[in-house]
Parts: sequence; C-alpha cells; structure tokens
Amino acid sequence: MAGSTLASPSVDPVVAAPASAPVSPGRETWRRFRRHKLAMISTFVLAFLVLGVVIGPWLWPIPINDIDFSAQLHGPSWEHPLGTDDLGQDILARMMYGGRISLAVGLAAMIVATIVGVIIGAFAGMSRKYADPALMWVTDLFLSLPQLPLLLLVIYLFREQLKALFGVEGGVFVLIVVVIGGLRWMPVARLVRAQFLSLREKEFVEAARAQGATKLRQMVAHILPNALGPVIVAATIEVSAAIIAESTLSFLGLGFPPDIPTWGRLLFDAKDHLDSAPHWALFPGASIFLTVLSINFIGDGLRDALDPRRVI
Amino acid sequence: MKDTEIRGLIADVKEGSLSRRSFIKRMAAVGIAAPIASQILVWNDVAMANATLPYKPTKAGGAGPLKILLWQAPTLLNPHFASGTKDQIASRIFYEPLAGWDKEGNLIPCLAAEVPTKANGGLSADGTTVTWKLKPGVKWHDGKPFTADDVVFTWQYAKDPATAAYTTGSYKDIKVEKVDDLTVKVVFTQPTPFWADPFVATVGQILPKHRFADYVGAKSREAPDNLKPIGTGPYKFTDFKPGDILTGERFADYHIKNQPAFDSIEVKGGGDAVSAARAVLQTGEYDYAWNLQVEEEVLKRMETGGRGKTSAVASGDIEFIILNTTDPNTEVDGERSSVKTKHPTLSDPAVRKAINLLIDRDSIQKFIYGRGGTATASFVNEPKQFKSTKLKYEFSIDKANKILDEAGWKKGSDGVREKDGKKLKYVYQTSINAPRQKTQAIIKQACQKAGIELELKSVTASVFFSSDVANPDTYTKLYCDMEMYTTTQPQPDPERFLNQFTSWEIASKENKWLGRNVSRYSDPEADKAYKAAQGELDPAKRAALLIKVNEIFCEANVILPLLSRTRVAAAANNLMHDHSGWDVDSWNIAAWYRT
Repeated sequence: MAGSTLASPSVDPVVAAPASAPVSPGRETWRRFRRHKLAMISTFVLAFLVLGVVIGPWLWPIPINDIDFSAQLHGPSWEHPLGTDDLGQDILARMMYGGRISLAVGLAAMIVATIVGVIIGAFAGMSRKYADPALMWVTDLFLSLPQLPLLLLVIYLFREQLKALFGVEGGVFVLIVVVIGGLRWMPVARLVRAQFLSLREKEFVEAARAQGATKLRQMVAHILPNALGPVIVAATIEVSAAIIAESTLSFLGLGFPPDIPTWGRLLFDAKDHLDSAPHWALFPGASIFLTVLSINFIGDGLRDALDPRRVI
Repeated sequence: MKDTEIRGLIADVKEGSLSRRSFIKRMAAVGIAAPIASQILVWNDVAMANATLPYKPTKAGGAGPLKILLWQAPTLLNPHFASGTKDQIASRIFYEPLAGWDKEGNLIPCLAAEVPTKANGGLSADGTTVTWKLKPGVKWHDGKPFTADDVVFTWQYAKDPATAAYTTGSYKDIKVEKVDDLTVKVVFTQPTPFWADPFVATVGQILPKHRFADYVGAKSREAPDNLKPIGTGPYKFTDFKPGDILTGERFADYHIKNQPAFDSIEVKGGGDAVSAARAVLQTGEYDYAWNLQVEEEVLKRMETGGRGKTSAVASGDIEFIILNTTDPNTEVDGERSSVKTKHPTLSDPAVRKAINLLIDRDSIQKFIYGRGGTATASFVNEPKQFKSTKLKYEFSIDKANKILDEAGWKKGSDGVREKDGKKLKYVYQTSINAPRQKTQAIIKQACQKAGIELELKSVTASVFFSSDVANPDTYTKLYCDMEMYTTTQPQPDPERFLNQFTSWEIASKENKWLGRNVSRYSDPEADKAYKAAQGELDPAKRAALLIKVNEIFCEANVILPLLSRTRVAAAANNLMHDHSGWDVDSWNIAAWYRT
C-alpha cells in the first residue's frame, strides 16, 4: 500500500523536476488541504467563531449579567444584535463569554483524549509481548465503565479540592476537561493500535529498523505520522462530543455554576421559551452546530491532505 | 374586633340572620383567616361549611381513565413514610384520613361520619379530648370492614419510634381509645387548641390493621403494602413502578355513592414542571398536572392554547433563603455546618441585614413568579392572623452599602468587601428550576453592586430534596453559605410548621439531618414562645406567641422570606377537580369528574 504510488510532488524524484524548489511536507499538506472546499470554508467559519469569542468581548463590552426588566425577550435589534433573554440580559455578550468556555472545554478535552489515546494505542500497537493485551484490557475496562455514575462520583470527590486550587470556573474547567478527556480516549487508542499493528510490518519500518532505529524512533518518526489521518478525524469528533458533554453536565447541575452562560447552558435556559423567543435558542444552537460541523469538515480535509495514498 | 363582637356575630350565624360566608368575610376583614374563622364557628357549635366541589355525575364509573402527571415521581405508597409531597399525593389515592381540609380551610369528613364539635359531643370543653364517630359500612379494598380498631392501630403504628414514621410527631404525645366499633377517642396530654391534626389530612391516613399488624416497629419497611396499598380510597391498586408510573382501577364498593366517576387512574412521574404544564395545557395528553413552578410568562403563553386551565389557591408555602450562621467549610465530628462552629462572616448581623436589603422581591414576584407568589417579609403568611404585621421588606443597594461600610467591610481591589482578610464570598445553593435560577441571578447582581460575591450552585431537585444521608448536596445538610427553597405548611395552622425555628429540631449528623430546623439558628426566646404557644388555648395570645417566633428569626435576618407561594396546578378544560392549598392535591380525588 504505502509508498507504491507516486502520487504527489513530494514523492516525485527530485531530479526529475529541477525547475521547482523542493516542496516541504507542510506546504504540500496545505496545498492538498486547500483543494477541499468545505474544509476551507469551515476553517474560515471556525476562525470567525474563535476570533469572535476571543476579541469580541472587547468590542462589545456589555456585562453578561446586566439585568434589565424593560428589555425582556426582545428580538434582535441594534441595541442587542442577538436579542435578550427573559431577564433582559444581552445574548451576544453572553454568547461570546460562554463561547470561550465551550470552545476551550472542547479543544482541551480533545487534546487530553487524543494524547492519552495515542500514547496508549502506540504502546499497545508496538508491543509484541504482554503490554498489548494488558493495555487493551484496560481500554475495554474503561469502555465498559458506566460514564455518568463515574462522572458524578469524580465530581463529588474532587470538586471542592479543585475549586480551592483553581477557583470556581477554573476548578470546574479542569475537572470537566480531565473527566471528559479521561473517559473518551478509548476509541483513539484502538484506532492507533490498529494502525500501528499494520504499519509496523511495512517495508519502510523494517528499513528503519535495519538501519538501527530504536523502537521509540520507529514509533515517533516513522509509524506515527502515517497513522495520524484517522486520529485527526477521531479527534475532531471528540471536540464536538466534549462540547455536548459539557452541556449535559451543566444540565445536571454538575458543570459550571448556573449563571455562567456556556452555550449548552444558554440552550437549556432557552428551551422553555422556544415558541415565543426562538432567537434565544437559535444563536447558541447555531454556534454549537457550526463549530461541530466545521471542525468535522476540517478533520475531513486534514485526513485527505495527510493521506499519502490519496491523489489530489 | 373584640371578643363580644365576634360572639355577637356567631350568634347571628346560629340564628340564621348572618350567612357563614359573610361571617368568614367579616373575620377576614379584621385579619382572621378562613380556616380559623371556621374553627371559631365549630367551637361555637356551628356546623362546618363545605367548600368542596359539588358532585354532578349520577353514577360511578363511565368517565374513562383519569391521567395525572406528577413531575416528581412517587417512590413509595405508605402515607406514614411519605415525607415528599409527591408520595403523599400518590398514597392519598388509596388511603384516606378521617377528615381533610378544603380550599377554605374547612374540615371535611372523609372516613368520619361527622366533624367533631362541642354540640355533637365530639369536643370536650377543656380542649383535651376529641371523639370521632366513624362512617359505617366502609370497606377496605379486600372486602374487610373498616372499624375503630384500624384507627387505634394507625396510632400505635405511627407513634412507635422504631417504625420511624414521618408522621410520628402527630401521634407520639396522644392516647387513642376505642369506645366502640365506630367511635374512637383521642386524648391529648394538655389542652390542645389545634386538635385537628392526628387522623386528619396528610398525616392522618388510616392503615388497615389486618395488613400492617405484623409490621409495626423495626420491620415497618418490609411491609409489602408499602408498595402495594390496600386502602379505603376510591381507586384500587393495580400496578406501581416506583419513580415511574402508578395505576389503579375504580373501587366498586367505595363508601360514597356514585363516586368515583373515572374507571381507572394513572399517575405518571418524570419530566419537569414546564413539560408537565405543556402536557396538560398545550398537548392535552394528561388531565392534571401538579406543582407548576413555571415562569408566569411561559404559563400564560401555554394557556392561550385553550386546552386547559390553571388554578392557583392560597397556601402557607413560603419560598425563602437561609443564611448559614454556622461554618460550612469546617468539619467537626464528621459534619460540616455544625452548630459548634461559627460562620466567619455571616455570623455578623450587619452582613445578614445587608443581604436582606439586596433582594429585589417585587421584581422577583412581578417578572418571575406572577400568580405563583406574593412578595413578603414574613415567614408565616397564611392564615392571615399569624402573619407578622411588623416585618417589612425593602430593596436598597445604597442602604446595604452603607451598613457594610459602617460595619467595617471595605472593598478590596477586586471589588469584594473584606475585613481582617475575610472576604464576603458566598456559595448560594438551590434546586434546578428555571424560576429559582433567575432569582439567583437577580440577587447575585444586586449583591455584586454591594461588594458581595455570590457563587451560584444548583442541584438537581431529586438530590436536593432527598433525605440521602450520604449526599452532601441535600438541603438539610446546608453545606453552603446561602440556600433557597420552598417549605410547605401542611395545615391551616402554623404551630407544627414553626417547629423549624426551635433548637431541638436542629438538623445534625446525630438525627441523620432529619431535624426540621435547617437554618441551625436558635434563640432561647423563640424556644420559650413556641413552648408557650403549644399549650395556649386563647387564640389571640397563641397567635401572638407564634408571631414572635416568626419575627425573631426574620429580624435576625437568618431566614429571609421571599414569596408567599400559591399552589398552581393545571387541569384539562373538561376536568372538574378540587384543589386545596391546605391539603394534598388528591385530597378529594373521589369527587373529580369530567363535564
């Protein structure tokens, strides 16, 4: 499979193209990524959302908890571009504040899950002795754990300590990231292990081994880059799963305090007013939707771009 | 109004020149609420009135199924273990007391043949005995006759401390004697002004002796009938899945002719208040939904659907905030918020007073609760003569700031006030329910302006209101600085209700946090006034003593009342139901019918 088709400029023999400078793998990936139209659009959408939540609060300095009973449930207007909720609080300001948390939780939980999954999967995939079955047992064990009761337990046990260490929002943030990340690495680990099992027998790995590459070098420099494609796709799914898991926790009263308007929380608050004030639910709902969708498309584009076997 | 005037009016009622209704109206005008006005009439031998639903159907059965939605699902069906209202409502379908309370606070006989009065010999002149005549011909669902033995047995069952009945407080200090098969006598150890407690309403449901005789005391929780009741009620038990669904069918031998009108009953649990309201008012899937703590705005919109109507009745329920004067962050002998500790900042009366000034009760009523409550500064609001006229509320951020400045709490660089390194930062906890979270947000904002930082915490209702000893988030544990919830007043008399302000009821590890005094605050003066009220036969003096208990706690700003709640329920347009604020929703379920 790998390497048998000369599909892209980077693997073309350099001597055959004397006119153009050598193309670095990074630029090559970027070239291939740009070909994926939806992924490009998604990149802009995501960049817009991220920029919006990062610099938005400076441009729109209305406090998130400014109660104004004279402006209850107003629709979008110049004064409140995304309308107000039933306490007359500005939804745009709340969304920008909450978006920081939702996006940060999603990305951080994804990073935790992916790193743990890749490490465990890689070691299991490279092991030829007892480590592989042992690590897979651990993975199966984690997969069979009932997540919600475990979450409740962890939160009851550690909430207070973490709150003391990192403050109210920081403590919950760390807790949620660790818990969501720690409970969602298993699919990644299995994917990585499967990739490693097949890749470690390939000729290029054998060649590296013959040249005296250590196991670690084989893993990091030779096998891992070739196994990343599916991992990236799995990781993008983790982002959306983490955002949704955070809203579930808020719904159960175990996430952030109720006055911190994460996107999930905004949706939860808005659900009773769906018929009269749809804007309240529409904007945070659309944000979650757009974020998850664009991250998935970006994942798609990255997979195509990083797959050396695919001709673009 | 003087004694003599009231006597004159009572005489007019007796002669017939003044109607009961006008009497009660006149009493209300001078601040004596309906329940007490009607009790005055009883003491003076005028028969109790009846504000129950007039029953129209001419035969029992035939109206199909009755579908009720209790969004907090019932989990057990023994009324003497039912600490939750949901369980009390569910068990009342199968079990009945000797009498219940209607919406005007009149005592309406159920298993009793008549309400005891002085005239019929039911009440002794010294206020120490009550004699109940039982209704003849009442049958249990298994066909056995209902007799005085069952009533006496219920007393023995509930008074036994090993039974651990929730209702034990009503029975442990009385004696019950069987006079004959259809007469029982209740003997109080001291003159008891509010005699209509044992065997009445929620705490008074009668258990069948032949089913429970083997399960008195320690074995009480093993009785199969705790989940499969055999009672005297209008519906016979068919099936029960705790936490989900309860079904029953019409009891053909029910003791009231032509009742009940429905062939079967279904009580479904689950969901939340809004979805329950929607299921009745908008989609019409259910006939009746209970306890609709839903924002006014949402409720109004649903009502425009035209499939159902809401009813709101006055009750003594109160939504309030507790300021914890004990330290929730220090553990002493395995419990936090122990009375042995002192809160670092909330033990300062100035801070508590400032927080009370930061609650915008009028806005909370106007924009959130609407028909669901009236802003108040008094813990007891119904019956009216027990409401303190002295307590007033006010919303003023400036005053709060001034009080805190004077008490030496200075704003730090982060805008939060502090003194000696102790900051005014509090955890403010309540159950998950949209109106409560909005109230939290409103109070938090005002506190922020006064330099007090609140961390809002909301706990799912099934955890918050559970009596789970292992869970740190229940409301009786009070592992927080501020806490908000509603407490229900089960009878049209606040004596039992106010025992949550006594020192011997303080919730602690020792009593498994079942003590009624959740605030943990106590005052010897309040204890004294409460004890005196228990034996006081003069209604006016007794009311004054109970008002004093209320005022001591509210003036200490430990208890911050927010709203006097009404009970709001929704019913299908064609359902005639009998909603009382003084008894559970199902108190007169036999008389419900469809038009």
